[in-house]
Amino acid sequence: MKEISELNLPENLKYSDDHEWAGVDGDVVTVGIDDYAQDQLGEVVFVELPEVGTTFSRGDQFGTVESVKAVSEIYTPVSGEVVETNLALADAPELVNNSPYENGWIIRIKADDLSELDNLKDKAAYLAMLKG
Amino acid sequence: MEQEITNSCRGEVKKCHTAKQTATSGLIFKEPFLWEKSREGRCAFSIPEQDVEASALDPELTGDLPELPQLSELDVVRHYTRLSQWNFGVDSGMYPLGSCTMKYNPKTNEVQASRPGFAGAHPLLDEDLCQGALEMIYNLEQYLAEITGMDAVTLQPAAGAHGELAGMLAIHAYHAKKGHQRSKIIIPDSAHGTNPASASLCGYESINIHSGEDGILTPEAVAAVMDEETAGIMITNPNTLGLFEEHIREIARIVHDKGGVVYGDGANMNAIMGIVKPGEIGIDVLHLNLHKTFSTPHGGGGPGSGPICVVKELEPFLPVPRVGKKGGRYTLMYDRADSMGRMLTFHGHFGILVRAYSYIVSMGAEGLTNVSKLAVLNANYIKESLKGDLYLPYERPCMHECVFTDKFQVESGVSTLDMAKRMMDYGFHPPTIYFPLVVHGAIMIEPTETESKETIDQFIDAFKSVVKEAEENPEILKSAPHLAKLSRLDEVSAARKPVLRG
Amino acid sequence: MRYLPHTDQDIKQMLARTGHASLDDLFSTIPEECRVKREMCLPKPMTEWELNDHMAELASKNGASPSHRVFIGAGSYPHHIPSIIPYLISRSEFMTAYTPYQPEISQGTLQGIYEFQTMITELLGTEVATASHYDCGTALSEALLIALRKKKRFSRVAVSSLVHPHHREIIRTYLAPSGYQMVELPGRADGTTDLSSLDAMDDIAAVAVQSPNFFGCIENLGKVKEVAEAKDIFFVTSFTEALAYGLLKNPGHFGADIVAGEGQSLGIDQSFGGPGLGILTSSKQYVRDLPGRLVGRTKDRRGEDGFVLTLSTREQHIKREKASSNICSNNGLNAMKAAIYMATVGKVGIRRIAQLNHDKAIFLKSKLQEAGFEIPFSTPFFNEFVAKAPEGFAAKREALKKKGIVAGLNIERYYPALENHYLFCATELFSREDIETLAREVK
Repeated sequence: MKEISELNLPENLKYSDDHEWAGVDGDVVTVGIDDYAQDQLGEVVFVELPEVGTTFSRGDQFGTVESVKAVSEIYTPVSGEVVETNLALADAPELVNNSPYENGWIIRIKADDLSELDNLKDKAAYLAMLKG
Repeated sequence: MEQEITNSCRGEVKKCHTAKQTATSGLIFKEPFLWEKSREGRCAFSIPEQDVEASALDPELTGDLPELPQLSELDVVRHYTRLSQWNFGVDSGMYPLGSCTMKYNPKTNEVQASRPGFAGAHPLLDEDLCQGALEMIYNLEQYLAEITGMDAVTLQPAAGAHGELAGMLAIHAYHAKKGHQRSKIIIPDSAHGTNPASASLCGYESINIHSGEDGILTPEAVAAVMDEETAGIMITNPNTLGLFEEHIREIARIVHDKGGVVYGDGANMNAIMGIVKPGEIGIDVLHLNLHKTFSTPHGGGGPGSGPICVVKELEPFLPVPRVGKKGGRYTLMYDRADSMGRMLTFHGHFGILVRAYSYIVSMGAEGLTNVSKLAVLNANYIKESLKGDLYLPYERPCMHECVFTDKFQVESGVSTLDMAKRMMDYGFHPPTIYFPLVVHGAIMIEPTETESKETIDQFIDAFKSVVKEAEENPEILKSAPHLAKLSRLDEVSAARKPVLRG
Repeated sequence: MRYLPHTDQDIKQMLARTGHASLDDLFSTIPEECRVKREMCLPKPMTEWELNDHMAELASKNGASPSHRVFIGAGSYPHHIPSIIPYLISRSEFMTAYTPYQPEISQGTLQGIYEFQTMITELLGTEVATASHYDCGTALSEALLIALRKKKRFSRVAVSSLVHPHHREIIRTYLAPSGYQMVELPGRADGTTDLSSLDAMDDIAAVAVQSPNFFGCIENLGKVKEVAEAKDIFFVTSFTEALAYGLLKNPGHFGADIVAGEGQSLGIDQSFGGPGLGILTSSKQYVRDLPGRLVGRTKDRRGEDGFVLTLSTREQHIKREKASSNICSNNGLNAMKAAIYMATVGKVGIRRIAQLNHDKAIFLKSKLQEAGFEIPFSTPFFNEFVAKAPEGFAAKREALKKKGIVAGLNIERYYPALENHYLFCATELFSREDIETLAREVK
């Protein structure tokens, strides 16, 4: 397991208390799990994805990330409609471990209200939460 | 005993206190798949005589021949004999799996179960043609009721989890009958995974509570969550840490006061036969695992049997049919309006019931009481012997199993898993690991009463050696096992790209 | 007692280490009010010899083979069990082993179950099978629950009334707490399921049909597939007589989504109804929805081929309250028995035995017709069928019991409209003489 100081947490992303990250491009929010989550979980064997077109409210469970011995629910930080899911994860779930912020992204959701992102933490606040 | 061992990683020779490694390598065959041995034209079955006219089925309905292997009888016998040599059973060596009660499986039980009058009996025989089977079921129910201090028993559930479901269905039916169905059930965080799973199947939300600092539940924790929307509590006693829930009567009272039902998970019954009766300490419905406490074999995963024992108030809800006795005759009773219904196609895992019955009537009351006493003695002996070597999270008397953790070893980078894998090289099946979840890196050891002092001493010595190796030569643990047919398997690939058939 | 190795000396030494004065002291933390007040009231313990006598006596009170010829199937079938099966399965490395959670020392069980998974999917034409369930009724209930969970909006399933009556009872029990409902499809005059009422149902998640059904009749699974596809619902099928698929087109051929079955006919004794072998198998896409253990192939660190339990995150020990099923122990040893049976009979043997079953049943049918029985259902059957008995049969049947013959199962209690109808079964176990004797006696 990594020490907190070893974690890779890009500055330009926002983080949830349950260790997901969110990146914004227009009104589309990309969601994945962060370095802390992938490190804790261990080697990912399966990612359960929602169907494109499904709508969620902020905080709803939209899928799971599984290792051999554990299952982690993942929750959407914003309300909206799923416009894309990362189908590459079906054949290569290890992308979540190797590249959690780029090739290991999980869903793209068209946000109803981008201000919901204010509920997330920036890197500094998230680190503070991890240390605290 | 001192031995020179070679550190295979660095080529150094180290002196170590090591117990004698009792596991060895023998002739371990590389045995291919059945279909790889198949040869066209072979058959291991002696086809019975065609003494009636052949009658062709409509070709529209007839399928192709299934691609099953074609083998001679010796091919089949060698195949499975070789496969068996890669396995490890209780008959091979000690199996200290906490919570599994891997005791010796008596061979006379096999003789009884294979009697043609039992093995060849159709479940739907006319009642007058199955009086022997019905009598045995009836009597086994009585004996289990006596052992557990309960009023009525059903032998229908096919496994512990199935019994748990039946128990939860009884609770569900009870509340329905009372006119107010409840929505929650209290479950300690140390519970076996089947507990919350069974509760969910009945539509109950699990309300998790923590044990106290001493490893047992406090009445306060229960009182804090118990209300009139809570169907009851699921409690394991002794609990999964091997500790007796000392506040059980108070806890049961709290739950009963608010109209709830107390479910007892009886997986750990081996600790208390003839000592405590669950029916006398406030339990309303209890499941038993015949393949644990009552010596029936595990079979590499099953079949088991999970009877439930209930108090009078819950009897009406038991599955149909029930076996009754009228004037010396045994009869099946189907007319039970409040029954939860049927759990299994027929009467239960009858073949397993025969074995458990044989065990009980071979042991008797004093015998079963001694079973519990000696099971508890063996576990405490191990606890006292290993507590310096492994971290003991709860320094209090244990029942039939004791729980350690890898806290001491984690500092040198050695985990519970590493120690477990190394134990195989010493000739022991590892203990239960990483359960219960309430302690990190749990190592749960249940020797059972059928292990002798010598075997247990060997086990203790082996574990002490493993602990020493953890300090002095951790690599040998991390790459263990060395003497088994295979080394550690890639479970990640198996889950990422499952290959589930050949 | 011979299972308890402790001598007084052992106990003394061990108590010295634990620091207790006596065995009773080990229980000192148990509050007094929890302790029993008296010894348990159980019979005096029996020696091995006494046990043999006692059990022989109990066993003798059952009308079982070989002293009795029981012409009944109805979910439990009399078949030849090759002697190598009990011989091999009684090897203690199989029988007394635990669940293969430590795969390095459990490759025997694991390869054996992997081979079972392979052969049973081959037999049934499906893609993935679990390592076993309890029996067909519980496996069928789990199959329907899978459909209901996947089709979240719907809360009902349509089940043929010709599915085994006990299975339908189990389904009701399993569905009840979640508020799901089962609606039954009626039968037709020819002994198969009437699917017409399905058209009007638009809130069901699955349709389940057993084939051969409880009457022994072979259902038109192709038709069921058509209807299921048109309605975009799960096509679930079940069977109680596994040997039928040694002869019939299998469920996979008809595109069944999930198949639940009873494997007792594959080398497992009837044993008064259990333990049997629940089979749960499906097409590949549902693998993560199937409850129960799965054995997968992989390699070890040295690159050697091996097997492990896999996709464990479906199971209760990981998912806990979120698990789709609570199953833990299964009927694994019986899956091994079935694997040995399939390996023993093989591709050609299974066809010959299945054909022989059919031949015997056809012969029995014609002999019963000669004896005055009517055959109400015109549909072809495998090895069991319904026959309407002539006047006075009930008394004859009763008298035949004393001669060691059980002539069919009265199915009135399951289907009240079918007065005086009996379910008869004949397998490879019954000789021509057995059948002719029965026919002669009931004329």
